[in-house]
Amino acid sequence: MGRLKVNLCGTELENPIIPASGTFGYGYEFAELYDINILGTFSFKGTTKEPRFGNPTPRIAETPGGMLNAVGLQNPGVDKVISEELPKLKKCFSKKVMANVSGFALDEYVYTCRRLDEEEQVGWLEVNVSCPNVHGGGMSFGTSPEAAAEVTSAVKKAVNKPVIIKLSPNVTDIVSVAKACEDAGADGISLINTLLGMRIDLKTKKPVLANKTGGFSGSAIFPVALRMVYQVSEAVKIPVIGMGGVSSAEDVIEMMLAGATAVQVGAANLVNPFACRDIIRELPGVMDKYKINTLKEIIGGAR
Amino acid sequence: MKQAIFTVVSNNKIAEGVYKMILNGDTSAITAPGQFVNIKLSGFFLRRPISVCDYDEKTLTLIYKTVGGGTEKMSGLNPGLCLDLLVGLGNGYDMSKSGERPLLIGGGVGVPPLYNLCRRLVEQGKRVTVILGFNSRNDVFFEEEFKSLGAEVHVATADGSWGEKGFVTDVMKKIDSTYFYACGPEPMFRAIDKIAATSGQFSFEERMGCGFGACMGCSCKTLTGNKRICREGPVMEREEILWED
Repeated sequence: MGRLKVNLCGTELENPIIPASGTFGYGYEFAELYDINILGTFSFKGTTKEPRFGNPTPRIAETPGGMLNAVGLQNPGVDKVISEELPKLKKCFSKKVMANVSGFALDEYVYTCRRLDEEEQVGWLEVNVSCPNVHGGGMSFGTSPEAAAEVTSAVKKAVNKPVIIKLSPNVTDIVSVAKACEDAGADGISLINTLLGMRIDLKTKKPVLANKTGGFSGSAIFPVALRMVYQVSEAVKIPVIGMGGVSSAEDVIEMMLAGATAVQVGAANLVNPFACRDIIRELPGVMDKYKINTLKEIIGGAR
Repeated sequence: MKQAIFTVVSNNKIAEGVYKMILNGDTSAITAPGQFVNIKLSGFFLRRPISVCDYDEKTLTLIYKTVGGGTEKMSGLNPGLCLDLLVGLGNGYDMSKSGERPLLIGGGVGVPPLYNLCRRLVEQGKRVTVILGFNSRNDVFFEEEFKSLGAEVHVATADGSWGEKGFVTDVMKKIDSTYFYACGPEPMFRAIDKIAATSGQFSFEERMGCGFGACMGCSCKTLTGNKRICREGPVMEREEILWED
């Protein structure tokens, strides 16, 4: 299976498929369904310093070809993630996991990243400066190049493991944010987080989501994500993880041709819990069809 | 939980906007009454969670109300069509707490999941009483089906056009029982909670993303911590529910 191998910030992945944060819990729900060790790795549920319940419900709305979520970073807090979730994960996942971290202040990002950096199960830190569903945090760090760079350099100083900054598409110029993160020492960039969206219920004539707005994901956003991955990977030298609406082996190949070193799969997991397993199974056949020998050789091939 | 392909056997209207769909497929993942399935429909991104009304080894009965585009689409599906289902979702009702004289209370489209529960409690030799609440006569369904199981059945309609006039709680006051199981709208739950003389279980509804605990879309706070309606629910014990305003 060497054909699927890629190298993400110094660590070899058996394949580039990574379930995206917030769509795969802490792994064990899916481990009941299939052996999750077949994955390249996965990015666990966005973790903050303190426990969070998140936003009121309804938190979910449907859209043509996708969905909106306004979960609001519900998680048990970094202490419990380390004391309860990681030990449970250890029983079903022997590879390094990607730790997704969010925060509301610089020192929270630093604290949570430092704690997770010490865990041997963690292989990469994915720093979310792009959550659209919480106020006064998350995305506010990702909407200006200066703020994103500030988080990047603060976290980089505090940890040893590779730091991947997860970017928001809800900005005027995502390339400048990505470059600022690279200049501040980021080891990788992942994009895109969800697009800010809304639905209104015609019966109540009010927004469907209690939070009014939510993050738009699903196959409908794929072309937008692909375009941004293309632009960012052209502008930076560090590895880019592409995500946004990926739901098939063909989508994965497009993302890699645009410049992604690895590919995250998000909303597709919620509709088909076997989505990542199916994509990994289908990749060799689709590669054959398009005369692709190894995935490594096609990264950025469309540019 | 299992993913399985089911074939539509029949799909008929049984009351105003209410349909009964019978499907054939592998039901082995179902472990308790009150669980639900999550159905993939072509043209819709998210699956549709529908409670299980009844089942045996290879047959699944669903009763659903058309409340939006997805259920409208479901109502037009013809026998022979194959559907992708996630089966055996949620915790379901805990039958071990019923006592000898359990009371089942269903409101509107909350009635269906009580059917399999009723059948199994009757099979265990329990004396089951059922209260079915609807808005009006045209909404009533499954009164005879519950009677056929051997339960004592009361129907209440809000406008008095069938059965007793009033709400399920008006009937509930007059019945002596050991435990209750309820499914229906939340205002009904609050009314039951105010007057219930026994302990019991409620089955909740929420908009879901995945239906199996991955997205945290349907979380709620309880007195015993945060729960996912789709995974630790939909059934909750009366004593753990945090009735928020």
